[in-house]
Amino acid sequence: MTLTSTPANAPTRAGAATAASTRRRGAAGWLPVVPLLAFTAIAFGIPVVALLNGAFTVKDPATGATSYTTANLDASLHGAYLTALIGSVKLSAVCAAIGTVCGLLLAQAVVTSRFRALREAVLTASGVLANFGGVPLAFAFVATLGNSGVLTQHLHLRDKGWDLYSFWGLTVVYLYFLIPMMVLTITPALDGLRSQWREAAQNNGATHAQYWRHVALPVLAPSLLGGYVLLFGSAFAAYATADAIVGSSIPLVTLQIADALSGNVLVGQEHVALALSLDMVLVAGLVMAVYLPLQRRSARWLA
Amino acid sequence: MARLTHRIRPGRGTVLVAAALYFLVPLASSVIFTVDVPGQGINFDAYTRIFSTDGFLSSLGLSLELAAATIVIDLLLMVPAMVALRLGAPRLRPVVEVVCSLPLVVPPIAFVVGVSTVLKWGPEYLSRTPFFQTLVAIQNPTFPFVLVMAYVVMALPFVYRALDAGLRAVDVRTLVEAARSCGASWPVALVRAVLPNMRGALLNASFLTLALVLGEFTVAQLLGYRPFAVWIVNISGAQAQMSVAVSVLSLLMTWLLLLVLATAAGRRPSRTAP
Repeated sequence: MTLTSTPANAPTRAGAATAASTRRRGAAGWLPVVPLLAFTAIAFGIPVVALLNGAFTVKDPATGATSYTTANLDASLHGAYLTALIGSVKLSAVCAAIGTVCGLLLAQAVVTSRFRALREAVLTASGVLANFGGVPLAFAFVATLGNSGVLTQHLHLRDKGWDLYSFWGLTVVYLYFLIPMMVLTITPALDGLRSQWREAAQNNGATHAQYWRHVALPVLAPSLLGGYVLLFGSAFAAYATADAIVGSSIPLVTLQIADALSGNVLVGQEHVALALSLDMVLVAGLVMAVYLPLQRRSARWLA
Repeated sequence: MARLTHRIRPGRGTVLVAAALYFLVPLASSVIFTVDVPGQGINFDAYTRIFSTDGFLSSLGLSLELAAATIVIDLLLMVPAMVALRLGAPRLRPVVEVVCSLPLVVPPIAFVVGVSTVLKWGPEYLSRTPFFQTLVAIQNPTFPFVLVMAYVVMALPFVYRALDAGLRAVDVRTLVEAARSCGASWPVALVRAVLPNMRGALLNASFLTLALVLGEFTVAQLLGYRPFAVWIVNISGAQAQMSVAVSVLSLLMTWLLLLVLATAAGRRPSRTAP
């Protein structure tokens, strides 16, 4: 790397160019990374710092002075806010559990199928549907299962107690993007199950159930758990779908934040919105802290 | 053996049929909902009226402009950085990886709460500084640059993964050194040797970003702007049928985009990875 190691009359032009580029690389190789880091510091860093700071401050309405406190966080863990937080966790946990099981079943059905085209079709469709959240999804379900939806009308579902604008209604909607997400996550792991393992288990007299309980599920466990927290995280963060469907009739933390932020409920609740957001960041951080190591672990079986 | 395979088959059929029903019925119902008007029979009014409805073109146009700006900025920031990580600064790699994954830890709604806090502080603390003018400029309602900044951040994880996958298939060092030995300058080496070799990854990143921006609702709504997704929700109260019709169209558009993406870039990993 030292400059003097390159003789003045280099044997070839290519050698000189390489040496020169090596030298330049050492000096300014990190320069192209600077704009990226600077941009993230401004566009992402400042709002996050503002979020942290705001979550821990209160403003005295009389004097206008601000002081540091944990009162906002405290408030965000009590009363209606706590109900919303628990509501979100419950909904996400239930959705993720159902999504994990259904996704596993669907992926297994596709992976073991003899039809190559079916597999390709399901995986492509999953790629599209896993990205199909938000507003259009909400309206598709309103048209299907809403109060004047096609299925609701034709099957008289309302008389049977169906309500899209409820906990279970929202679950049915969320599964529409969670199941494809699980299929995408779990398919590589299912592909990693060697057929020799199944044959070995069968040769030793294991039943189908025993093979799954003692061989397949333990191998799949990291991927399944990783998939579960991924689904949990994306159900937990979902706002557009819930807002377009239920407004604020179900207590969800994202809906509460939006309400508190726009001052719909009480003026001066912005700081509680910040504290609630911080709660969400902590939950999402926990999810990622579980997910990333698991993903790395499950990758070992696929090698 | 025979008993095992027998026991699986009906189960697999049930699973596939149930999945097909669950995923196709809402799509079919949406189409029926939009064309089957109660008391009028079947007509396609909901679709033909879309284009003449107030706000459709302007909101879609705004979304497309935002998407274009987001894609350009994301690629301008990320491509040189990612190439540099491979060539000269491998030690920065974990840093960039963490920075690009951080937006996953902050849900969009928490992020927008932070952004709106900063925007509210502006008038209070910066009113006498030149920063204030910047703050006003990025909130220009005809082209809210603040949304672009937020979208660039939100797209970072996807862009990072797409570009990383693309670069893994290319020997950047050899390409650049070959180009440099032939007398190309750094920018020329990047544009004419490296970029053409990662067309799939660039397309992939652009499409994912486009899909993200077109469907984005949370940030835009809470900051009070009105791109496409916000517009659909706004009209849904008065014109339920049309909002579903627009949803169907936008779903078809996303399908088309992502299918193009799947065929353009999806084939490659299956060939390189065993």
